[in-house]
Amino acid sequence: MYETTYHRPASVAEAVSLFSNASDGRFLAGGQTLIPTMKQRLAAPSDVIDVGKIAEMRGIEVSGDTVSIGAAMTHAEVAASEAVRGAIPALAGMAGMIGDPAVRHRGTLGGSLANNDPAADYPAGVLALGATIHTDKREIAAEDFFQGMFSTALEDGEVITRVVFQVPEKAAYAKFRNPASGYAMAGVFVARMKDGAVRVGVTGASGNGVFRSSEIEQALLGSWSAEAIAPLAISPEDMLSDIHGSAAYRANLVKVMARRAVASIA
Amino acid sequence: MSTIALKVNGKDVSAEVEDRTLLVELLREELKLTGTHIGCDTSQCGACVVHVDGVAMKSCTMFAIQADGAEIRTIEGVAQQGALHPMQAAFAEHHGLQCGFCTPGMIMTAIDMVRRLGSDLDEATIRHELEGNICRCTGYQNIVKAIQAGARAMASQ
Ligand SMILES: Cc1cc2nc3c(=O)[nH]c(=O)nc-3n(C[C@H](O)[C@H](O)[C@H](O)COP(=O)(O)OP(=O)(O)OC[C@H]3O[C@@H](n4cnc5c(N)ncnc54)[C@H](O)[C@@H]3O)c2cc1C
Ligand code: FES
Ligand code: FES
Repeated sequence: MYETTYHRPASVAEAVSLFSNASDGRFLAGGQTLIPTMKQRLAAPSDVIDVGKIAEMRGIEVSGDTVSIGAAMTHAEVAASEAVRGAIPALAGMAGMIGDPAVRHRGTLGGSLANNDPAADYPAGVLALGATIHTDKREIAAEDFFQGMFSTALEDGEVITRVVFQVPEKAAYAKFRNPASGYAMAGVFVARMKDGAVRVGVTGASGNGVFRSSEIEQALLGSWSAEAIAPLAISPEDMLSDIHGSAAYRANLVKVMARRAVASIA
Repeated sequence: MSTIALKVNGKDVSAEVEDRTLLVELLREELKLTGTHIGCDTSQCGACVVHVDGVAMKSCTMFAIQADGAEIRTIEGVAQQGALHPMQAAFAEHHGLQCGFCTPGMIMTAIDMVRRLGSDLDEATIRHELEGNICRCTGYQNIVKAIQAGARAMASQ
């Protein structure tokens, strides 16, 4: 790893100002993506700004129809939170499926979203639940946030502070793990909102990163059942194709995961 | 360089570290606690798992400076008064290791598993919980048995 300078700001404002004074700064949260990347010298920030302990970016609040989770909350904290398990059990369950226990003890919600790995889990939930991403500057709708693999609406030096989720009427997540890495080969988050809207977020499968499947949404709008999805033929056109699976395999996996998710709460 | 103060296996330690020094490098190279192993560059193998303030973490995937003020426990610190920790004893008893390279990480992960999930662990739970610990020798069979027995022994301690 190349040399770097570590900072631990006490507030979001201080983090942002440290970033603007650095020649090539990077925020650090759980480090479960950034540190391996630095070890491999694929990233070499001059300054690492640790936002993992900033009080404004921590905590979980449930009020009425929303759940607000601090960006620095770890996957393990979200998975174990009684508040999240009560309001959106599918979200807590998803956090508990990320990586392994030691990764969950450090990796964070904000880090996962900022990274937008095409096989990461959180993006599917954030998209399906119509969450709003709060930053030091503005609020970004999930729809506008994800912009293709490893790419987001975040500007240089913009920090995610919290994510506010809508509490759905019901929701579920099903993931087919890559047996070696644990990341999603296909992960489908289905949600029926209280106003009747159906939203389906798909991760792991597409070469363009997380996306909403309008076909599955239409089918579930007609009838909320695994059978409604059965006749669909998901197009392999934009799907990833690699040593782990062909595009056609992944397209089929999306359908299978969608059916499993719906069946688990039918 | 920064000076950090932390507790390692119950002892106060102060160390000079570069900002880029990983916790595992501090443990192995400065403190000579070489029981914590490095098995990969990709944060996947779990050979480096230690407890930071009581919680299992990969010491290769955090900076030493992030452990400033923390309490660290490594495999060298789990035996009490010369007697093996029940989880260590169970690994010996059930032949839960062959070359032993993965074992410190396995044991630190297993103790954390019991902290979170209690001592009555079924096979499926143990296998799922070992997602982040890779063993190249045993085929896991006896590791799972050892953890199951070690967990029970911890409860009756
Ligand atoms: C072995 C292993 C298995 C894994 N398996 C999975 C899996 O199954 N599913 C899954 O989804 N993920 C998985 N991950 C990734 C894990 O969830 C990471 O924790 C996550 O992707 C990044 O979060 P972090 O907090 O560690 O971020 P970091 O590594 O600290 O940062 C990642 C990036 O986000 C930026 N960043 C961090 N926080 C913020 C913020 N608040 N605002 C703006 N930018 C920010 C950083 O600058 C950096 O560019 C795995 C990781 C490992 C090592
Ligand atoms: S050395 Fe830490 S996970 Fe492999
Ligand atoms: S005993 Fe050799 S790697 Fe596990």
